[in-house]
Amino acid sequence: MYRPPSHVTMSCVFITDIYMALTCIQHCQRCTSLLRSRSVGITTLQYSTDAQHWPAALWNSFIVRVLPSVLQRSPNPSQTRQRWNLGVRSYCESHAKVQPSQTKHGNTDELPETDMVSYQNPVSHQLIDGGMLLKEWQTAFDLDDAPGHSALEEISHEEAVHMNIPAALPPVSISLKDYVNESETLGKLIQLGVQLWKLEQRPNVGSMLLRLDFQTDVTPRLVFLKQLGVDDSRLGYLISHNPFILTESLENLQARVAYLRSKKFSAESVASMVSRAPYLLNFSVKRMDNRLGFYQQQLGLSAQKTRDVVARLPRLLCGSLETVKENLKICKLEMGFRENELQHIVTVIPKVLTANKRKLTQIFDYIHNTMNIPHDLIVKFPQVLNAKYLRIKERHLFLQYLDKAQYDPAKPNYICLDKLVSLPDEAFCTEVASATLKDFELFQKTM
Amino acid sequence: WAAALEGLFSIYKPPGVHWKLVRDTIETNLLKGINAAPPPAPRQRVQFLAEPTSVVAEGSNELTLSAASVPALAHHPLVSGPEFLHIGVGVGHRLDVFSSGVLVLGVGQSNKALTDLYRSHVTRDYTLEGELGMATDNFSHTGRLIERTTYDHITRDKLERVLAMMQGSNQKALLTYSKVDMSTQGAYELAVKGELRPDGKSPPIMTGLRLLHFQPPHFTLEVQCLNETQRYLCRILHEVGLELRSTAVCKGVRRTRDGPFTIQHALTHQHWTSTDVIQAIRQYRSSRKASKAKHTQPGKDTGTASQRQEMAEEAAVTGDSHRLHSVLTSKAFGS
Repeated sequence: MYRPPSHVTMSCVFITDIYMALTCIQHCQRCTSLLRSRSVGITTLQYSTDAQHWPAALWNSFIVRVLPSVLQRSPNPSQTRQRWNLGVRSYCESHAKVQPSQTKHGNTDELPETDMVSYQNPVSHQLIDGGMLLKEWQTAFDLDDAPGHSALEEISHEEAVHMNIPAALPPVSISLKDYVNESETLGKLIQLGVQLWKLEQRPNVGSMLLRLDFQTDVTPRLVFLKQLGVDDSRLGYLISHNPFILTESLENLQARVAYLRSKKFSAESVASMVSRAPYLLNFSVKRMDNRLGFYQQQLGLSAQKTRDVVARLPRLLCGSLETVKENLKICKLEMGFRENELQHIVTVIPKVLTANKRKLTQIFDYIHNTMNIPHDLIVKFPQVLNAKYLRIKERHLFLQYLDKAQYDPAKPNYICLDKLVSLPDEAFCTEVASATLKDFELFQKTM
Repeated sequence: WAAALEGLFSIYKPPGVHWKLVRDTIETNLLKGINAAPPPAPRQRVQFLAEPTSVVAEGSNELTLSAASVPALAHHPLVSGPEFLHIGVGVGHRLDVFSSGVLVLGVGQSNKALTDLYRSHVTRDYTLEGELGMATDNFSHTGRLIERTTYDHITRDKLERVLAMMQGSNQKALLTYSKVDMSTQGAYELAVKGELRPDGKSPPIMTGLRLLHFQPPHFTLEVQCLNETQRYLCRILHEVGLELRSTAVCKGVRRTRDGPFTIQHALTHQHWTSTDVIQAIRQYRSSRKASKAKHTQPGKDTGTASQRQEMAEEAAVTGDSHRLHSVLTSKAFGS
């Protein structure tokens, strides 16, 4: 059994001792004598209070990750003596595997509150069995031993001031509000404009964001996106919709961008595609390749036109191909558009590929059967397929009431479909129907 | 904001849309308007920072802590989210997908007033468009066709006779359900003024039926009724067809009035924004105050008596014998 060092000096606190003690604890779980040491570093103090709550299973991951960074960044090498409080014992009782080689002397100064390092620990939000694990390893220790110091012991003024009590963060929480003041990552994300309130509703995303380290994880990816050409103002939108871009490996991201560039997408179009389809870079090269190939083959478009279509609607590369296939089938079979007509429609309005089938068929049915507009006219103005059904219906009935519903370009007083659909109400009333807005509203109420 | 939003207003529901979608759209728009208010100034919290190393001499025991005021991010709008996530918007007498017309909605506390409004027997005006010569399974022209008949023999005269007969039977039903003793003078006076109303629950009753337009095969009826459903009205049309030894289907049901809410002030779908809704509520409130000021009748305590008072108010304000302003006197509407 390992004997704790007999010298427990007032001046120096050695992490080595602690780490060796920890390893010893891992082997034999009875080192309560160490608890009585008066000089334990702040790191132990900080983690100890939290350790009570956090289950042992987490310790491996967090101790290994956090402590090295703590050591590298602790600013003040001067020693401070810490008082070992009640309840701190659980730190030493952890199962942490820490390499003694990583230790450094004397880097145990208290981290000021503003240094958020200590809180980049895996704060488990959804630990349901946390309490169970805690009980298990607490019973392993002899709880009958009295603690070394009592809380009523008098301490000097300097000691009291230098004692840094860490904020009592709840180990499990339903909201990121409790952690946002302490976490550097979350604070910087808020400055970017990320909507944390939406992200915390998604399962596991909140814990993931808290576990991220701003310098090592988030910054390289933000720099990468900036280099890509994504605007600063869009970064917030990107992360709000796709927080997993921060966990995607940089090699993968770079490979995918390289693939897109190799397919001759210009840099600006890649940047715009990424900012409009936040999930784009999370898809593998193979999947993107598959989709690009599908669109080129199915639509029969040239490479340049396929690029244009995809650049205009980058969602096409993200979503499922089944819906697109069904929409294409509907256009060909139900609506009876020919190959070249369909190509033209898709190049002008790519949204037709991802539109709701029921709404699309409803609009087409009304336009073709009720308004009696032939196919070639619809192909000339595909915007009508993108409009709202109610709008088309109201405006058509209004024009019919005024005897102006004439959509044949050969005859006089022809009403352009484009104008019918895309003009705002005022402009439509004055230009197309030559009536007032009030008349239009009154007519709407007679429908 | 909250005070401005409390009240009732009417919208014009377009055909082909479920009423729930309409209600959800309006709730979303109201929330957008409310949450658009600028967020309050961020709260600050005090943090004590240790002095940097360069300032503190090595080995000195002096403690130096500086206080800094740091914004507390826990209440930042991006962390806490929008202030309001839900507004209680209640719907009055519902309209099914096929029909269109005036739909009364209430916000907040006024939802209680809605239930009162519909418990007091409020009449509604409908315009029914019918087509002769067809019969379908759900009485409307979108249903599966069952039968086709000829309608050449039908004239305006015959149609009006059928309508008069139907109105007569409805009137009789009204008399029986109003549970008023027919042999009293009071009952006669009420009947003359047209203020008879059913007491308690009753089946759908039409208090008025009129032919607006007749061009075979199309015709238009105007109906005033109580306790109805749109399907019942389509069935009425079907029965009219049957009475004429032919068949008829309903091509459109349009509600032009729901209690005191007319189609004139109903909001069309481009006006379903929070500013327009607030204006409509204000208008409704001012009209209510105006009519309250007009009527200084002493309040009566019996249920039927108060109903009759409401009838009188309704008739007086709108000049038509079937308008109801019970909403004005009922306490639930007190702001």
